[in-house]
Amino acid sequence: MTETLLSVQNLNAWFGMHQALKNIQIEFSPQTVTALIGPSGCGKSTFVRCLNRLHEEVPGAYATGKVILQGKNIYESSVDPVLIRRKVGMVFQKPNPFPSLSVFDNVVAGLKLAGIRRKSILMEVAERSLKQAALWEEVKNKLQQPGTSLSGGQQQRLCIARALAVEPPILLMDEPTSALDPISTAKIEELLAELKKTMTVIMVTHNMQQAARISDKTAFFLLGELVEFGQTSTLFTVPKEKKTEQYITGKFG
Amino acid sequence: MTSLRRQIGDFTRLRYRRRKALSGWMTFCLTVSACAAAGGLLGVFGYVVWKAVPHFSVSFFTGLPQPVGEPGGGMLNALLGSLFMVALGTGIGVPWGMAAGVYLSEYGRGRLAVWVRFAADMLSSVPSIVTGLFIYVLIVRPMHRFSGFAGALALSVILIPIVARNTEELLKLVPQHIREAGLALGIPRWRVILSIVLRGSRGGLTTGIILGVARISGETAPLLFTALNNRLLSLKWDQPMASLPVQIYTYAISPFEDWNVQAWVGAFVLVLFVFLLNTVTRWVMK
Ligand SMILES: Nc1ncnc2c1ncn2[C@@H]1O[C@H](COP(=O)(O)OP(=O)(O)O)[C@@H](O)[C@H]1O
Ligand SMILES: [Mg+2]
Repeated sequence: MTETLLSVQNLNAWFGMHQALKNIQIEFSPQTVTALIGPSGCGKSTFVRCLNRLHEEVPGAYATGKVILQGKNIYESSVDPVLIRRKVGMVFQKPNPFPSLSVFDNVVAGLKLAGIRRKSILMEVAERSLKQAALWEEVKNKLQQPGTSLSGGQQQRLCIARALAVEPPILLMDEPTSALDPISTAKIEELLAELKKTMTVIMVTHNMQQAARISDKTAFFLLGELVEFGQTSTLFTVPKEKKTEQYITGKFG
Repeated sequence: MTSLRRQIGDFTRLRYRRRKALSGWMTFCLTVSACAAAGGLLGVFGYVVWKAVPHFSVSFFTGLPQPVGEPGGGMLNALLGSLFMVALGTGIGVPWGMAAGVYLSEYGRGRLAVWVRFAADMLSSVPSIVTGLFIYVLIVRPMHRFSGFAGALALSVILIPIVARNTEELLKLVPQHIREAGLALGIPRWRVILSIVLRGSRGGLTTGIILGVARISGETAPLLFTALNNRLLSLKWDQPMASLPVQIYTYAISPFEDWNVQAWVGAFVLVLFVFLLNTVTRWVMK
């Protein structure tokens, strides 16, 4: 057993009266890619949003239980969610570059708005992050154009670059390719293999082939519960649970 | 079967003709209404121009009011007074109104927000003369004098709800996922609001502010009880101060021909100012 970077214990999440996650237990090791799969509405998005405390931003939403990041429970009352979110980055399903900010300002937004103003540092970080996100070649001559002027696939890679710029040890991705064309999707998948060398990626996907291609471990969610969690190769070939087998063979969902 | 189909065909043809006639009639009504609205504006503007332009001169901008019977003179005191009070009123009203709008859109949940929103709506429908009376009781009476400051305050009270509601509406148009993207980067909420949400809406915010400023530039009633008027050139904040609308009002109801003429010129300058404010904003925002 390798060390754990992030450990989730008895996590429950609610939207008002509606319980979206039930008693989730799961652990993530450093430098792995974990895929979260399951039918729509089973709580995958809710789960990743609990890991950076974004869940509680929805009016009436709250969570109980423990999420231990580097030895500290992020749900302790003394913890500032802002600091957690610098360690746990996120890429959303829909590309969401900041409107009215240039490509450059989008990438360095996390640093600039945290008070880092040195042009040389910002430039260096922007170039590194855009290269990591495989976008540098396409935008290096239009850094001052609005981020929203890029294509959908480019915008999503811009959002990835923006998340990478603050160098979080963990990156959450909520169906990052579901709104993209196959070429953009392939680019982002390639990128994941690279990212894995330095960080831990937790990625929601609707696409089973994608999960099989890119992930080390896979977690299958159903109706707010974690049904099965294990090595991707094992889970897709010899699932322990009947429900997992039914889902991955397309019997439901 | 075929007869049924024919019947349906006849029916739809009939319906089509009726729909087309109705659509034509409606378009006609809308065009007439639009022309009437635009015509009203053109009529007012044209009449003011016609009355004012023959008497328009540089001395209007450089001279001070002359005693009755003496020709010439101008409204420099009123122009500067208006500028002073509108600027100060904007300086007070815009930050205040924007803060209230941000509160309503970003933080306001529950009871307090409902009350603040209700108050803003009420405030924006209070007749402006009542606002003048309010400031009169609150500021003028305790200070025992009319003042430019009281005038500016009355204007800001009119501006605050306009700016607050405009800010709220615009910020609500910014999708939630943009805020979440900011928060997810570890940016504090106030920073997200200031540097991402507000910044993204600055076009609309500026337009709203300019329209509000244009509105208070022409307000007369709230200044009657607060800044009063001043025949001399004075920009002392705690002294009575002239303003273009009050000066126009005073001159327009006077029995003197010269003054009536000056009032028309004043009206022309006021309309021109508001017009320029609108067009320049539109142009800059492009
Ligand atoms: N903003 C919300 N308010 C209320 N209920 C929500 C909200 N978002 C999601 N839910 C509910 O929570 C459950 C889990 O949703 P979600 O985490 O989005 O599922 P998934 O990402 O797996 O499709 C669903 O039953 C959904 O209806
Ligand atoms: Mg989802």
